[in-house]
Amino acid sequence: MKSGRPWASPSLESPDEIVSLSTLHSGEHGEVVELGGGRCMLSRMTALGFTPGVDVAVVQNYGRGPLIARVRNARIALGRGEADRVYVRRTTG
Amino acid sequence: MIREGATPAHDATVSEMEPEEKTVVVALAGQPNVGKSTLFNLLTGLNQHVGNWPGKTVERKEGTFAYGDAVYRLVDLPGTYSLTANSEEEVITREFIIRERPDVVVALVDAAILERSLYLVAELIPLPAPVIVALNMMDVAEKEGVRIEPQVLEAALGVPVVPMIATRNRGVQDLLEAIDLVARGGYPYDPSVPWIRQDHWDVLQAVQRVIDGCVPDPYPEDWTALKLLEGDQRITAMMEACLPADRRQQLHEILLGHDDALVAVASGRYDWIGRMTRAALTRPKTGAISLTGKLDRWATHPFWGLVIMAGILGLVFWLTYAVGAPLQELLDTYVVGTLAEFARTGLSGAPFWMIDLLADGVIGGVGAMLTFLPILIIFFAVMGILEDVGYLARSAYVMDRFMHLMGLHGKSFLPLFLGFGCNVPAVLGARVIESKRARLLTILLAPLIPCSARMMVIAFLAPAFFGSAATLVSWGMIVLALAVLVVSGILINSVLFKGERAAFIMELPIYHLPNWRTIGLRVWQRSVSFVRKAGTLILGVSVIVWALSALPGGEIETSYLARIGHLLEPVGRLMGFDWRLTVALLASFVAKENSIATLGVLFGTGEGGGLANQLAATFSVASALAFLTVQMLFVPCAATVAVIRQETDSWKWTLFDLGFLLVVSLTAGVAVYRIARLVGV
Repeated sequence: MKSGRPWASPSLESPDEIVSLSTLHSGEHGEVVELGGGRCMLSRMTALGFTPGVDVAVVQNYGRGPLIARVRNARIALGRGEADRVYVRRTTG
Repeated sequence: MIREGATPAHDATVSEMEPEEKTVVVALAGQPNVGKSTLFNLLTGLNQHVGNWPGKTVERKEGTFAYGDAVYRLVDLPGTYSLTANSEEEVITREFIIRERPDVVVALVDAAILERSLYLVAELIPLPAPVIVALNMMDVAEKEGVRIEPQVLEAALGVPVVPMIATRNRGVQDLLEAIDLVARGGYPYDPSVPWIRQDHWDVLQAVQRVIDGCVPDPYPEDWTALKLLEGDQRITAMMEACLPADRRQQLHEILLGHDDALVAVASGRYDWIGRMTRAALTRPKTGAISLTGKLDRWATHPFWGLVIMAGILGLVFWLTYAVGAPLQELLDTYVVGTLAEFARTGLSGAPFWMIDLLADGVIGGVGAMLTFLPILIIFFAVMGILEDVGYLARSAYVMDRFMHLMGLHGKSFLPLFLGFGCNVPAVLGARVIESKRARLLTILLAPLIPCSARMMVIAFLAPAFFGSAATLVSWGMIVLALAVLVVSGILINSVLFKGERAAFIMELPIYHLPNWRTIGLRVWQRSVSFVRKAGTLILGVSVIVWALSALPGGEIETSYLARIGHLLEPVGRLMGFDWRLTVALLASFVAKENSIATLGVLFGTGEGGGLANQLAATFSVASALAFLTVQMLFVPCAATVAVIRQETDSWKWTLFDLGFLLVVSLTAGVAVYRIARLVGV
């Protein structure tokens, strides 16, 4: 977990806990809460459809290496490092 | 309904026009993978020109077409997802629209992913040129159960919306009508303009107040304010230079307090898209898994994905060797050989140097270039098909975890791998990589892939020296070259690029059937561009190397090249070379296989089996190993150097790469020689 984020500390974990996108399994959905990373990466992420409030479905996540997510009906491949910086609230889709 | 339509007339060119008639400038914009090239080719046919944007390594395509009584100049803008200054492509697109003010901007969007696709439209509409939205891939959308009502979308957007299927030439007539209407000012153009998310309205106003009256022409003020909040570095630098000190300070403070504004701007755009599409778009609630989803279960699987890729690459290799290599040989024997023969008989009365210059220097150079073409064409076709079908992105996805260890991008893999056929297309193929740093690194490393010409040299020499161990030695050489590539990648990345890794965020487009017309045109353009650009350099190098090897007396043994070889003998001696091996290495600059021909001349045996045996009798096994090592890692051939220069657009990086390879190859050569001597071979 990233430090410095109040909702990332274990004491605040709850049913709708906020986790990084990379922890979601294939088939799970989440609602984007916050995007981390530098300005350049943020700009690319938003242009590809990631903004707070949007629904993300993880299409493929084998636990290591890059993963595939579905955002605004487009399939986006993300490196694990990039997916670590997308914070989502688990939803039922 | 989408109308069937004829393509516009392709035969008009600007030069045929009356001078007082005005050309209508149309810019074609769109995100990647929306079918921009297909539409561009449909509209312009063969009436197009491919070059680079001035001072950039980004391709610029321009063409003309006639419709009604007007001539249109169509400029293909680079495919981009947004217009913030993150890449050259984005800057080119927005600068073109702001500075050149085209009469019409056609924004091509993918109907199947309408919301995401409209993001670029949200960025285009605030710019000072009227936008037409071309809804492409209506067939794909329909197949996925997506229903769009173009008239409703048009009413919401306030700009023309034209549904089309570019691959089937449908909707083109309507698009031309819309372009004509907008260009004449006959359309009631009244666009709905996206705005920043509500919670940032007052911040935007504050920025607008600070920059009011100071924004340089021709940048729109509202747009500039938004870009400042987005943290756009170019616009920020521009305004810092324009604003008086007190206002600059004010601006700085506002921006510092709102470094999250970028997300608010983007959210504002998606909110706008939501409003625009609410009435016009219906999506099926529960989507069945699409064909793309099914195919990707295999193509992007960590294991099966690799198996599938290996299969495809195997096929490509088979194609290169089964079709490309024989074609190369045919060209070499019949075209180049005949030409040389023709020159010799035709000039039989001329002085020897003139005949040799023409037959060996010029025709030899042309031949070296010609023989590249079969492999290049196969490479361009394969890359074109894989990209068009949508597989390229999948191969990048599967390979990224290995490639990023070297600071490369997943997309670096395919160009590099196909470099086994020839390094030239490997360098040219690096264009598919969006990240500038990863593209540069891919280009710099490409010469370390053992190309087929270098493998030929090894295949010729290894049996004579190593007998039954020849195969082992050949494999060892390949492994050595790849190991050097990996180490060099890690080294260059950590020293020069400070270990920064290219971010891996990439769209996986929907799979679709290849568009042969688009691919064919692309292969043609790329091949012509290679002949035109690299051709001159290859020819020049060929003539220079010929002159060095023939002058002053006409014999290579007494030539300038031999003198250089003698001069460099102390370096060669570190590896047990004599001057002849050094000369062979130098001659391989024209084409790698030349080193065998040169040795043939120097040992007076021709290129037959006698040469290999004589070499084996002259040099120790340690020297032979060292020679093969240097040959494998040495400065690439002139054609590769030419395309490295072209694709990096920098002599500095080209010379850096040559120097780097020279040092690496000689160091490795000396090391191999010493180690071989130590173990007593």
